[in-house]
This record gives sequence, C-alpha cells and structure tokens, in this order.
Amino acid sequence: MIHTENLTKKFGDRTAVEALTLDVREGEVFGFLGPNGAGKTTTVRMLTTLIGPTSGTAVVNGFRVGQNDTDIRRCTGILTETPGMYDRLSAEKNLTIFANLYEVADVKGQVEKYLRLLGLWDRRADLVGNFSKGMKQKLAICRALLHEPALVFLDEPTSGLDPEAARLVRDFIEEIKTQGRTIFLCTHNLDEADRLCDRIGVMKQRLITVDTPTNLRQKLYGRKVVFHLRQADDALLARVRALPFIKDAQRVDNKLVLGLDDPETHNPVLVRLLVEAGADIQFVGELRHSLEDVYLSLVGSTDKAD
Amino acid sequence: MPKIWTIVDKEWAEVFKNRLVLFTVIFMPILFTALPLLMVAIGGSQADIGDVTDLPASYQEMCGDLTGSACFTLMMVNQFLLLFMMMPLIIPVTIAAYSIVGEKTTHCLEPLLATPITTAELLIGKSLAALIPGVLVTWLSFGVFAVISYMLVQSPELLRRILDPMWIIAIGLVGPLLALAGINVTLMVSSRVSDPRTAEQVSMMLVLPLLGIFFAQIVGVLMVNAQIMQLAAIILVAIDAGLVSLGVRVFQRETILTKWK
Repeated sequence: MIHTENLTKKFGDRTAVEALTLDVREGEVFGFLGPNGAGKTTTVRMLTTLIGPTSGTAVVNGFRVGQNDTDIRRCTGILTETPGMYDRLSAEKNLTIFANLYEVADVKGQVEKYLRLLGLWDRRADLVGNFSKGMKQKLAICRALLHEPALVFLDEPTSGLDPEAARLVRDFIEEIKTQGRTIFLCTHNLDEADRLCDRIGVMKQRLITVDTPTNLRQKLYGRKVVFHLRQADDALLARVRALPFIKDAQRVDNKLVLGLDDPETHNPVLVRLLVEAGADIQFVGELRHSLEDVYLSLVGSTDKAD
Repeated sequence: MPKIWTIVDKEWAEVFKNRLVLFTVIFMPILFTALPLLMVAIGGSQADIGDVTDLPASYQEMCGDLTGSACFTLMMVNQFLLLFMMMPLIIPVTIAAYSIVGEKTTHCLEPLLATPITTAELLIGKSLAALIPGVLVTWLSFGVFAVISYMLVQSPELLRRILDPMWIIAIGLVGPLLALAGINVTLMVSSRVSDPRTAEQVSMMLVLPLLGIFFAQIVGVLMVNAQIMQLAAIILVAIDAGLVSLGVRVFQRETILTKWK
C-alpha cells in the first residue's frame, strides 16, 4: 500500500526525515512511533502529498508522490493532529463540504452514514463550536472516512481525549480495520499502538526499526517465564541453570525468572524438573515487557549513538 | 468548477456569521448610498447660487451650460460617487481577510489541502467568495442611487451628468478590478500574518490612491472623467495580472502549510 525509498525531507539545513525506506502492507494497521520532532508528521504530510520530498521516492496505493498527487488525495483520508473544523457551521455542513471536495457520489447518504456510525446524527444541526473535544475528534474521523479511502492516516487520534472518548475512538479504529482498510497510525500512546497495530515502525529522523510488537519485545528482551515457588534457593537455581535451553536464570526471593526461546516447549520440562526437585509451584507466568520499555530502549539507544 | 462553488458556499456560510463582516456588508452600502443622495437632495432644495462662471475653471468645463447650483450639486455628488469605487474594495478585503486567516486559526487548512482540490481552485473559490458580494452590493447600491436620483432631480441635464457613462466604467469595471487587486494583496498578506485585522489593515492601503483622487477633486486639482477611468482600468488590469501571477507563486501548497503559522 505504501512503499518509500530513501524518502528525505529537509527544511533549509534541518533534516526532518532522512532516507526513509518503508513498506506498509495492504490491510494492516501500521503504528508510527517516535518522539516529538522525529519526523512523523512530516512523513504523513509527504505521503498525503501536502508537502513534497527533497529526495527519494514514495508510492501510495500505486500512485507516485509528486506525479499522481490528486489520485493519492482521492484514495487517502487524513485525521490531522489538530483536527480543525469550521466552528460556525453545523456538523452536517462541515461534512457536506468535505464530501463535495472529495467528489463523493452520494453526499447526503455518506454524511448520514458516518454521523450515525459515530453517534452524532442527533447533533447534526448543532454548530461544531459547541461540540466537546471528543465530539470534534469523532467528526474529524468521519471527515477522514467520508470518501471511503483505502488508506487512512491517523495522527494522534486519541490525544487529549478523556478515557471514554479515547476508547470509543480506539474501538472505531478496530472496526475500520476489519473493513480491510490500511491504517497508518501516528501515536504517542504506546498502549494504544500495542493493542491496535499489526506492525510498528520507530522513527527518529530515520527509521530505527520495523516489526510486530511481539517481535520487537522478543528481539530486545527475549521471552521470560516466572516460576512462583513456595520456597526457592540457590541449589534449585543451579539445577535449572544447568539445563541447555536456559538462556539466563535469576532468583528473586521465591521466584525464578528464566529466559527461554520457546516457553511452550520448555515449560513442561521445567515444571517436571522443579517438582522432582521437591519445589512447590504456585504460579507460572510469562514476564511481558511493555511496548514502552521497547520504545524507550530503541529511542534511547539512538540518543546514545547520536 | 463544483469544488470552486463548494469553497464559495463554505466561505459565505461561514464568513457571514462574522458580525464585523456582516456589519461592513450591510452598513457601508447604506452609508455610501445615502451620502450622494443627500447631496442630490440638498442641491435640489437650494436657491440658485449664481452663475457657473463664479466656480473654478475646472468645474466650468465639467458643468457646461448648467446653472451654478446644479453645477455645485454635480460637483458634490461626484465626490461621493467615488465612494462607490471604494465599496467593492473594502467589502471583499474584509471578507478575504477573515476567510484566509480563519483557515489558519481554525486549523482547517491541512485537511482542506489534503482533499483533491487544486491550489488554483481553492484560491479562485476564496477570491470569488470575497469578490461577488462586494461587487453585487456595489452595483445594487448604485442602482438604488440612480433610481432615487431620477426621482429627486428635476433638471434632465443634471441627471444626465450625474448618471454619466463614466460612472458605469468606474463602478462596473474599475471597482471590481480594484477589488480583485485588494483580494490578491489580502491573500498574500494573509500568508505572513496570523491576525485578520493586520491583513485587512495592510490591504486597505489600496484605498489610499482613491482617497487621493477624492481629495484632489475636492480641491479642484483633478476632475475625474471617462479618460481617467479608462486609464485606471488599463493600469488595474496590468496590476491585477501581476498580482494574480505573484499570488499563484506565493501560494504554493507547501508554502501555505509550512509557512502559515
């Protein structure tokens, strides 16, 4: 759906995006993470043809950026970081304007469909200036989807929303994901990225890494299993360490924290060994690192490199 | 073309909810129509002030065989008819200043530019939204002035001179050309400022040459005539062409987005 090759954007002497080479697959939710000023919004602006690249190439839905810009705008929808609406106009009028600009065939029908879908139909005649931030955000999402784009760019869709509104927006993103649309999601909310994204790219002027959230965790931390025992000692730890498949082992009070490549295969072996050694196993669980740990580790490592 | 009218429709729906714009569009035409009509009414009720030869030479040439009081009325009315040329400049500039800066202050510009609309369609839409009300209101006001003058003025010779074809050129052509120049300047100024009043004030500098003519007429230095209006129209066509060309260069999509703060 998106393919970029050494995509670079410079503003004067400052490089906002450096040699970005990226592939986003059709139908996936692609999370784009990075600190403020990392070049996420600039990348989105280049891919939506709002600004041109300094060098490199980008192809969006088969159309080349810089050559087929109008075609790209027709097949993409964008929720900008600050989703401005015309406050003096009604919700319905706001959407009608954009439906016309997006050349929607059934303007009335599409406007009604999305206002109903996001629970704004009863407020359609109200001035947008009287809407809450959450309602404006929902309306901006409607605007991005009115023309049924194959690719949707969402820049911080839940930023500044209360938990209830944020959840509603997240649920809606999951819903549009099931419709087969490709979603390019820029977010600072790592929990949101973890829950919604099939793959994640971490960006800081240049692309640091791209992978699934699970693989990113595994690459950085491996997989760890925690055995909660009634009583653990160093002798027991030594017996476990002696096993060939144990990558690392630590004792924390009465818990054994074990690094494994394949817990599904090795856990039963470990359980048997511990029971035979006389240990009483209370719980067994996987130690999961949050995406936040992964993100901070990746961004932190580039800080040191810089 | 449908996208241009969508922009025009949006602009009108939004901008006419702004009280200052609404005030300018309604109050100014009433004032600018009332003033010359007042001169016509006062002139009609005055006793004869003497022969036209008592007036400065420039007026004598303009008045021909009119009586002194009729010539004086014509002179006063002509001063205020210049206001009809200012009207299509002031109203569109007020509208354009709010419509352009409004896109910035409401953060609507980015989603707007992300639609398949071209920069030219956007700018034409915004220009038309500002130009059409100003020009229509001016023409309507002049029509009202002409009808009431016809009813008030007794002398057919004076009426003929008040409704001189020169004013058709002035109000029908020079006014809209001035408006177009004003809108283009406003669009460009808007790209550098974030306050509608600043954009409006800078663009209103275009009124200064008109004010110069206004005062030059009062002191008798210059008498507006058809030749001057034709020359003004030709000069304005050149100025407008230059401004439109400059405007298109200034309003590159990327420039609008990255430099409009």
